[in-house]
Amino acid sequence: MEDRRRFLKSTGIALAAGALLKGQNSNAIKVGLVGCGGRGTGAAAQALKADDYAALTALADISQDRIDQCIDQISKTQAAKVKVDPKNQFLGLDAYQKLIDSGVDVVLLATPPGFRPVHLRACIDANKHVFCEKPIAVDAPGVRHVLETAKMAKQKNLSLVAGFCWRYSNYIVETFDQIHGGALGDLVAYYATYYTSPVKPMPPASDRPAGMSDVEWQIKNWYNFLWVCGDSIVEQAVHSADKIAWAMHDQPAVSCVGVGGRQIPAEGGNIYDHFEVNYVYPNNFRAFLGCRQIDNCWNENADYILGSKGACTIGRGPMPHITGQTEWTFTGTKNDMYQHEHDVLFASIRQNKPIADGERMATSTLLAMMGRMAAYTGQEITWEQALNSQERIFPDKLDWNGSLAVPAMPRPGQTKFL
Amino acid sequence: MILLLLLSLSADFEQQIAPILIEHCLPCHNGSNAQGSLRLSTHARASKAIVPGSPKKSTLFTSVESGTMPPAGRLSRDQRELIRSWIADGAKWPDGVTLEGLKASQAEHDSVARLHDRIVAALKKDDFKPYKFTNPAFEMVPIPEGDFLMGTPDRKDESPQHKVHISPFWMGKFEVTWDEYRLFMFSKDDGVDAVTRPTRPYVEMSFGMGIEGYPAISMTQHAANKYAEWLSAHTGQFYRLPTEAEWEYACRAGTTAAPDHPDDYAWYLANSNGKYQKAGTKKPNAWGLYDMLGNVMEWTLDQYEPYRSAPAADPWIRPSKPYPIAVRGGSWMDPAGAIRCGARTPSDPSWKQQDPQMPKSIWYETDAQGLGFRLVRPLKIPSAEGMFKYWNNGVEKDP
Repeated sequence: MEDRRRFLKSTGIALAAGALLKGQNSNAIKVGLVGCGGRGTGAAAQALKADDYAALTALADISQDRIDQCIDQISKTQAAKVKVDPKNQFLGLDAYQKLIDSGVDVVLLATPPGFRPVHLRACIDANKHVFCEKPIAVDAPGVRHVLETAKMAKQKNLSLVAGFCWRYSNYIVETFDQIHGGALGDLVAYYATYYTSPVKPMPPASDRPAGMSDVEWQIKNWYNFLWVCGDSIVEQAVHSADKIAWAMHDQPAVSCVGVGGRQIPAEGGNIYDHFEVNYVYPNNFRAFLGCRQIDNCWNENADYILGSKGACTIGRGPMPHITGQTEWTFTGTKNDMYQHEHDVLFASIRQNKPIADGERMATSTLLAMMGRMAAYTGQEITWEQALNSQERIFPDKLDWNGSLAVPAMPRPGQTKFL
Repeated sequence: MILLLLLSLSADFEQQIAPILIEHCLPCHNGSNAQGSLRLSTHARASKAIVPGSPKKSTLFTSVESGTMPPAGRLSRDQRELIRSWIADGAKWPDGVTLEGLKASQAEHDSVARLHDRIVAALKKDDFKPYKFTNPAFEMVPIPEGDFLMGTPDRKDESPQHKVHISPFWMGKFEVTWDEYRLFMFSKDDGVDAVTRPTRPYVEMSFGMGIEGYPAISMTQHAANKYAEWLSAHTGQFYRLPTEAEWEYACRAGTTAAPDHPDDYAWYLANSNGKYQKAGTKKPNAWGLYDMLGNVMEWTLDQYEPYRSAPAADPWIRPSKPYPIAVRGGSWMDPAGAIRCGARTPSDPSWKQQDPQMPKSIWYETDAQGLGFRLVRPLKIPSAEGMFKYWNNGVEKDP
């Protein structure tokens, strides 16, 4: 916060020198939000807090209710920065493009992940800075598309901050600094858990209003459909995959095998409710990722990192700790990582020092996705295979009123790797 | 949209003004027998007492500022300021809004009224003695009526010291444990339907620090209030959180002397080994209460406000805003200096900062892993409306 305040005093100078906000006559940074649910609303509130001259000027969603709730919620604390003219409230599957064209400077992407590759490309094509929630795709073609987009963003000097929030958490950053500084010796293994309750369980089929299309019904219950959610390991446990990648300095895994399935009736959806994946890295380093979304079970979201000279535990007790040759516990005050993401984004825009999270957010998503591929097919999957997978899970064309069949859940041994 | 923006710049009518009017004014100023033939339920009717832009010409403001209204006791400074600023900014009242429509649903009041009647009917001339309950398992200790000096000299937030009279109540011998709290969280077939329950926690809420025999943590004050309501429905006895004064009185336990070394009676930073510990594993205080200091800090019913010097009897400052609410006792994370009966901790929005959604959960303080509570049972049973107020703080939603 101190840094930000100090910086804002010199905002005028930074702007005069800055080339990132082209054609601007004022200090204002106009923010548009695509996806106005709980996470998007939170992100918008944080964006407005991050910069004295940020203003929310455009919203896009599939539901006017969501847009109204988002405005109401943010207006409770930051009414003066909410300047969303009714003509800048966009509805429907093409709302994102209209929002981009409405003259915003920064776009916050917070829809379900299936839409992300197309939305992100449109933002970068139009020279917008972006806050991009995780994960960034539901299939490998989407990941490759985002990798390309990330390069374009870099070339255009656009800031792209990813919602892999732990990378913006001061106490987790300090923990990984310790690990990378050798506090555990050579790294041996990483066990990550993401055992939780279901995130957004499928409502009973009787809740579906008469005449609602498949596409609308599935988007409204997006968590339960592979094409829009990416499955639980990609949508949620990807945070743990991202930390594994972090420990490995973001180098790719060699390969993985995995198991997974569904124990609780899917009620019309088609995602698994549990996965366990075993990743191989160079130098015999192994990483294990377990996730489950079932009620009344042992819940845990933790990381156990083993090295030749010690062990680190994150998520058991409020503070990470290291035991062994080095004894260490985080003793500072935790920052608000969600706020910090936006403080960094807006400072980078003001200072013309773009943040480039694009490649990393794509490879962390792919790491979780290759675990899903291994569990779905029952095969060992290499990084190269995963990256080059031709399976298109997100539909090429989507019609809001259209029908959309729900493929059966994959069956290991029968489902082919594509 | 324009209307909304204007409103939000000053006091928010529906969030801030309406609740004050509903609670403090409408009981008398509503319906056909309204006092002074002033009704405050609709904009048109209330205009009689309001001159938009001029608080000093508005009897609504002058009467609450002078303290003549409401008769039951002067509004808090914050509440008076809200009304002043709302009138000063034009007293905007959204079209078509009537206050009846914003009342807590009648069903909730009715349900509390039925529970109140059940509690009164079940009342036995209990001996004012310690007792145990088995399912959920908890023990209560009688705390005698008395007077004490509340506060600590020379500490800004704990001064001035002032005399407080406290009526008798039982207090939980231990902090509420996960064993008890999880029955409320997860059990749906226990015959208690009317009380709202927490949403399913998404992550594991003990964070690996232990469940059986360990204190429950990371709940909001709203969640603790609903636990108290649930337990009351479950047992047929009236339970609630302690007021800040009751808590400090019970903690001091009739002594003014500095207590023994904190290692003897409290889990705190120097001895907790980085986590909370099983309830009741240190020495109790003089009245037989365990872990009043340390282990987990405990919710009280009061808004965190500066002390006044005037003597008081059973004082309670009901919250009028979500933050800060007074929390007491210090926790396993705190240094010895915070492990004192007089020490006060204000609740803080950062206790929910790990929640990425907006609006934030009304049930969980995911980042407050040293925060719990214990309950009291007053000897004198309040009215149904009193119970409703204890169990519904009205400020559970974060702005």
